[in-house]
Amino acid sequence: MQALNRKLFRDLWRIKGQGLAISMVIGVGVLTYIMYLSTFDSLQATRSAYYERQRFADIFASLKRAPLLLGERIRAIPGVSQAETRVVVEVTLDVEGMEEPATGRLISIPEIRREILNDIVLSHGRYVDPGRPDEVIASEGFVQAHGLRPGDSIRAIINGRRRELEIVGVGLSPEFVYVIRPGEMIPDDARFGVFWMGRQALAAAFDMEGGFNDVALSLMPGARAESVIEDLDALLRPYGGWGAIPRSLQLSNWSVENELKGLEAVGRIVPVIFLGVAAFLLHVVLRRIVTVQREQIATLKALGYPNRYIGLHYTYWALAISVGGALVGTVAGTGLGRQMLGMYNQYFRFPNVAYHLESEVVAGAIAIAVAAGIFGAMSAVRDAVRLQPAEAMRPKPPSTYRKSLAERIGLQRILSQPARIVLRNIERQPMRSLISIGGIACSLALLIGGVFGLDSMDVMMDVQFELAQRQDLQVTFAEPVSPTGVHALNRLPGVMTAEPVRSAPVRFRSEQRARQLAITGLPSITQLFRVMDVLDLEQMPLPPEGIVLSTSLAKVLDVVPGSPVTVEVLVGRRPVRETVVAAIVHEYMGLSAYMEIDAMRRLLGEGGTLSGGYLKVDTAHLAELFQAIKETPAIAGSTLRRAAVDSFNETFAENIGIMIFFNVLFASIIAFGVVYNAARVSLAERSRELASLRVMGFTRAEISSILLGELGVLTLLALPLGMLLGYGLSRMMVVAFETELYSIPFSANPRTYAWCALSILLATAVSGLLVRRKLDHLDLLEVLKAKE
Amino acid sequence: MTKVYTMGEVKVHALRGVDLSLLASEFLVLLGPSGSGKSTLLNILGGLDVPTEGRVTYRGRDLSSADDAIRTDYRRQHVGFVFQFYNLIPSLTAKENVSLVTEIATDPLPAAEALRIVGLGDRMNHFPAQMSGGEQQRVAIARAIAKRPDVLLCDEPTGALDISTGVLVLEAIERINRELGTATAVITHNAAVSDIADRVVQLSDGRIVADKRNPAKIPASQLHW
Repeated sequence: MQALNRKLFRDLWRIKGQGLAISMVIGVGVLTYIMYLSTFDSLQATRSAYYERQRFADIFASLKRAPLLLGERIRAIPGVSQAETRVVVEVTLDVEGMEEPATGRLISIPEIRREILNDIVLSHGRYVDPGRPDEVIASEGFVQAHGLRPGDSIRAIINGRRRELEIVGVGLSPEFVYVIRPGEMIPDDARFGVFWMGRQALAAAFDMEGGFNDVALSLMPGARAESVIEDLDALLRPYGGWGAIPRSLQLSNWSVENELKGLEAVGRIVPVIFLGVAAFLLHVVLRRIVTVQREQIATLKALGYPNRYIGLHYTYWALAISVGGALVGTVAGTGLGRQMLGMYNQYFRFPNVAYHLESEVVAGAIAIAVAAGIFGAMSAVRDAVRLQPAEAMRPKPPSTYRKSLAERIGLQRILSQPARIVLRNIERQPMRSLISIGGIACSLALLIGGVFGLDSMDVMMDVQFELAQRQDLQVTFAEPVSPTGVHALNRLPGVMTAEPVRSAPVRFRSEQRARQLAITGLPSITQLFRVMDVLDLEQMPLPPEGIVLSTSLAKVLDVVPGSPVTVEVLVGRRPVRETVVAAIVHEYMGLSAYMEIDAMRRLLGEGGTLSGGYLKVDTAHLAELFQAIKETPAIAGSTLRRAAVDSFNETFAENIGIMIFFNVLFASIIAFGVVYNAARVSLAERSRELASLRVMGFTRAEISSILLGELGVLTLLALPLGMLLGYGLSRMMVVAFETELYSIPFSANPRTYAWCALSILLATAVSGLLVRRKLDHLDLLEVLKAKE
Repeated sequence: MTKVYTMGEVKVHALRGVDLSLLASEFLVLLGPSGSGKSTLLNILGGLDVPTEGRVTYRGRDLSSADDAIRTDYRRQHVGFVFQFYNLIPSLTAKENVSLVTEIATDPLPAAEALRIVGLGDRMNHFPAQMSGGEQQRVAIARAIAKRPDVLLCDEPTGALDISTGVLVLEAIERINRELGTATAVITHNAAVSDIADRVVQLSDGRIVADKRNPAKIPASQLHW
């Protein structure tokens, strides 16, 4: 077989341009596969190692206050391995150089370091000193966002008094891989930080001595989380327990999990498209090669080569191209995977992210590349095996042509001879024309699928922050206040309008399903924070009775309008009430539940309280307003909308450029590969015909227009199809990406489609020009002398 | 036997009833104008094709009803082919083209040896495109004889060559027939070539019209046309 293999190498070298173009498409497919799945694996491995090492808890619960002794009873719950009682409070922070207040979550840690659940990793500095109550360890994101370092101080407003906290260490915790405030949509490192503080110091500051208001549990192997949660809730109920949640619903972990799911989904959809296109390209090119080499095949058969060898020979062609591409794709995918992991690490806070390439991922990538190769080679191999040597020795009869559709319907008068050649060729090989059209369309679809997300993000941001959440500032009271609180808010400097909100944590139950969440109680019609249905972009007035759920929450609870829902209020007198789903509202982000504010108060069994407000403010007085907020102990936290959006966009924008670049590059590679191969195959098949035309006096431009005209027609046919496929792919991705965390709005922006089509057109033009150069060097005599 | 095949949309009656035996170590020349069915007959003798009707046997084995695998094995073990257009693999050198056969045959001549027999010992590493037509045809002959075939089938081996090159090629074929005792059938439309044969069979329009012994066999070197 050595001689045959040598033939393989030399033949491959001769078609290196085409081989390379296909290899690149396969390479990109493998690259995306490796990139997404290795990032997925790395994050997952990093996460589980981190969780394990730092003893990330299995169950989390918050409560109002319980005596420390209760901890013993919690530890005695069957199935509980370890229980960590803590004090957790949120405070307003006054940060040097930032006008608006930030929010800090203070979490207690033992003064003497020991192994605890959700243990912190110190990245800088040291642990707190038992003798110094003002020392804290700060979360890395916050420290970085403000350029702080150990030794610096921040001011916290604790019980209405400013208190200097000295940062002695910088830390990370498995509880805050994704650092986001509950109820917020986007992370904001500058305005939300986590601080770990000695237990005694924290408890003393918040009247929690001898008590706790938060507990984390780990389970024994094999223990059922549901039953432990049930027991724990029963224990905590008298102490104002808000209901325990399993690890899977812990905010940070839940967010990471949802992101990982999306990553895996893309990692499985996108490569398939690339490899599918590559398989079709191989199909076209190899069939052409078998046609060109039919006499060689016949000779080999005459020499006694069995079909098996010949079939293998052409399979090796495909494998050389696909495995070659796969190897390059693996190397490049590993490199880009590292980059991508770095990008993710800007959103996720892991102490050390190790890039991790599973051998199964590489094996999987190579396997699908090989599968694409074999699939692409199949029909060529079949042609080669079926070839009758005696028949192949005879000259081939001229190919059958007929008048094209355009001519048959009577357009022949307006078609020039070259135009007729173009149309008849396209029609004579409908399969191949379709493959070219399909390939180009796929490249456009991929590009659209890759960038439509940006439009979606715009739509989402627009709806979320221009239409729905129009407040400038949201404030939350430390404890619910009386209705006069609204007037107090209105009197703050710079406040133009204030709207009340009463929200409270509850647990929803519907048959076997349950979920802990807050209900937001609002006036029926509001001007600032508006409950918007994103389908019709209309404000949904809150009905006087019943509850309004977001679609994702309705899905979690499996309810429809009219369904009964049990609401267990987790604060105050903790009433358990039956209510009905009054309506379902389509939203993009998160799980949410709304009630008309008076209905909400009736549900809570209380008068006109409010837990916070949405404010419209005069920006000229922002500084005074922030100062006032910092000095008002009743206000526990505030969120400046604009700042949050800006900071999100900032992080996001850094990565968008890179993302677009790669999307355009990858899609162009497909378009280039398809068009270049189609052009080279037609050129090879028709060089004789084209040379004959040249001999007859046709100019280079004229014969180019025949060959490239065909590609032009195919490309133009492919663009609308590609837009349609891109539309479909975007729809599919919207569904694939849908998580509890968010659903990406579908968006089809004509401008984006036009830009994408233009990019593809450009890529096809470049490959057309490359082939045109070959055409200009057509050796007339040589072509006419040769047999084929 | 008869053979009918379709080409494009046309039916071609290539052989209309042919009865022929090729004997061991015999040198047979098949004469006939183009379209007389010579190539079809040769392809069937070589196991490349099967007759539409009738039987073909090789040393008692039926080839006409044999499947592709058996006919492939027959070609691989017993038959050497030489084609009018040489049919060398263009991407392989002379020696590699011969190796194609020696690698799959059971008791082959070394490729270099086969090339020396046809007088190309010094051009072994040339590609087909670097050789003249006569040289390419001699590579094809070397490739055909390297497996020490029992049957050597040559389809217009000199058809594309000038006279002096043609004589060189025929000398090579004659030498194989004489020295290795290979049964040899040479197709030609050139009547002069029949002077070097033991036996001359003439085909016309798919039928044998003459089958004569050649009493005055001469060596190829004395041919001229």
